[in-house]
Amino acid sequence: MAEETKSPVLRKLIERFGDAIVSTHSDFGDDTALVRREKIVEICTFLRDDPDLLFNFAMDLTGVDYLGETPRFEVVYHLYSLEKRHRVRVKVRLHEEDPTIDSVVSVWPGIDWYEREAYDMYGIVFRGHPNLKRILLYEGFVGHPLRKDYPKAKRQPTMGPEE
Amino acid sequence: MTELVGAQRGRGKLDLHAEPMILNIGPSHPATHATLRLVAELDGEMIRSLIPEFGYLHRGFEKESENATWTQVVPYTDRLNYVSPLMNNVGYAMAVEKLCGIEVTERCKYIRVLICELSRIIDHMVCIGANMVDLGALTNFWYFWKPREEVYMQLIEPLCGQRLTTAYTRIGGAMWDLPEGWVEKCRNVCRTAILPAIQDVNALLTKNRIFIERTMGVGPITAKDAIALGFTGPCLRAAGVPLDLRKDETYLVYDRFDFDVPIGLKGDTCDRYLVRMEEMRQSVRIIEQALDQLPGGPVNIDDTRYVLPDKQLVYTNIESLMQHFKNIMEGIQVPAGEVYSATEAANGELGYYIVSKGGKGPYKIKVRPPCFPLFQAMPHLCEGQMIADLIAVLGSVNIIAGELDR
Amino acid sequence: MAVGNRPKSALPGSGHALTTLEAMIAWGRKYSIYPFTFATACCGIEVMGAFGTHYDLSRFGAEVVRFSPRQADMLLVAGTINYKMAPVMVRIYEQMLEPKWVVAMGACASSGGFYNNYTVLQGIDKILPVDVYIPGCPPNPEGIIDAVVALQKMMETGAPRASERWPIKI
Repeated sequence: MAEETKSPVLRKLIERFGDAIVSTHSDFGDDTALVRREKIVEICTFLRDDPDLLFNFAMDLTGVDYLGETPRFEVVYHLYSLEKRHRVRVKVRLHEEDPTIDSVVSVWPGIDWYEREAYDMYGIVFRGHPNLKRILLYEGFVGHPLRKDYPKAKRQPTMGPEE
Repeated sequence: MTELVGAQRGRGKLDLHAEPMILNIGPSHPATHATLRLVAELDGEMIRSLIPEFGYLHRGFEKESENATWTQVVPYTDRLNYVSPLMNNVGYAMAVEKLCGIEVTERCKYIRVLICELSRIIDHMVCIGANMVDLGALTNFWYFWKPREEVYMQLIEPLCGQRLTTAYTRIGGAMWDLPEGWVEKCRNVCRTAILPAIQDVNALLTKNRIFIERTMGVGPITAKDAIALGFTGPCLRAAGVPLDLRKDETYLVYDRFDFDVPIGLKGDTCDRYLVRMEEMRQSVRIIEQALDQLPGGPVNIDDTRYVLPDKQLVYTNIESLMQHFKNIMEGIQVPAGEVYSATEAANGELGYYIVSKGGKGPYKIKVRPPCFPLFQAMPHLCEGQMIADLIAVLGSVNIIAGELDR
Repeated sequence: MAVGNRPKSALPGSGHALTTLEAMIAWGRKYSIYPFTFATACCGIEVMGAFGTHYDLSRFGAEVVRFSPRQADMLLVAGTINYKMAPVMVRIYEQMLEPKWVVAMGACASSGGFYNNYTVLQGIDKILPVDVYIPGCPPNPEGIIDAVVALQKMMETGAPRASERWPIKI
């Protein structure tokens, strides 16, 4: 793993966290690191604060459902640094029975709603999130629609106006 | 020290016991550009807390695109930011081309720059126009609508066939080349419709005392907070942070043009307006330079794995016929992998995260909408200010619900 | 072109007997339609274009856009309606006073458009009675003008409104 990594960002991550980094690659020009979920808050804090890395923008957070593989879910963070102008992608795999992970709202406040959306669409629970409710769909919606086993054209019962 | 007159004695300062009132600025409201909801807790006119809610235009873009082929996703991307649809098309095509590892022709890059800058201009026009309507200055809306119609009718409709939902780019190129006379019309529209409109609105607003009182100091944000909240685009630049992906992570041929990036000071509504006005002028500069430098040559790349072969060949050559059939029926073959590609859309960084497992369509597409963090920061921008300021801020932040909700 | 319950002849009283008083009221109504633009998505931009200076809708009298349903008589649904927005739309419709007409603009409002999934209502006529459908994605502003003209013909000849023959049910 360390021999193939040419990117300075990934090299720094590996030398600091060692075995918490499961694998890395730089396919298509994007530096990617697959990490373990227990250390995610530490890794994110390090990425934000280290003077060589300085990832102060949390651009995106999303979930992916790899139905058929174990672990099934993946949470993907995209980060950008304003001063250094580099990007990195951090991925964490979660099992189907226990799709929970610590929230990184304390590191970047702007990632709040992205985590709510991942919860809404995939059912991934973020521990420590201040307000983990559905965001895009209405309260009475049942299920998590972006999972691969949710049929696309499933109809919901039409609701009348409340109160 | 005059004594108070008898009738006024004891009435100098009324001690009112006020309770906060919850006001629902609902999804069907003219100032929320429909489909946004803000629940405000008010103390008199002062906002104590604000809870934004959206999702009223969630159309399931990601789920639909998982069941479509690579080219069929292009019309879905139009409807994301529907005031500047060509930019979404370009962003998606660039992401898939990054995954395929192909590079489009020079002419195609220049055409993409041209349509992106035109879309940026019309997006800013809608933003400023609608913002001013909410503040009561309706004339600017009409002043900006005329050049929009000119761009639609003289430039976009002859180019794409459609005014609004264009679906112009393809993987590996574009739908077709520029029609005859388009370059001249473009120069003409810029000179006779766009620049005079910007000048007119500038004359009406920028030094207007009512406008300044309504927008200066309203909804300010510091650069540090803007970065922490994930802002990008004109709102971030208005706060003083010089981040523009056209200059910092140059894509297409933006490095060949000479243009400036306007930066604001305080990040309030007035700064956002000024940044957008100046960006429109800079976009016209880029367009003029691109029209001067536009090279000849083909628009689509020569690789028939991604691009349909020439019609003449399809009718006469058996391999071209088979390739045409395969491309249409099975979709183009994109390698497996994942990629994130970002462009500078009118509102900020529009990112596409595409996961592919080979095959005819994407496994997953996530769009990173530029107005997602902006709407998330509404409480931060508006708490402590008044209801009328909330309306001014909401218009200046330019929330497009199609992009926010996908 | 807008599709609706378009009567064949423009003469008043064709198919329905109209008194002179009713004909006068119909004449007044058709030239002063107050639209409530329920614009959610891309069609909303074309609605703004229709009210603009090039495709001027005020030539046909439907210029005064009212943002309160109590003051409007035509509900112009422009854009996709999903399950979260549907109760809001029904509530707006119920607040409007009779006589009222509903125009479904665009493919999404008419039948769900090309979104056939867990979140999009497949046409507003599942929950509201619709008078005129405008196909297109988005329709040209000329399509909106055509819909207004068709509506005017319906008003002029006293054709039955959709809300009369289709009671609202939740």
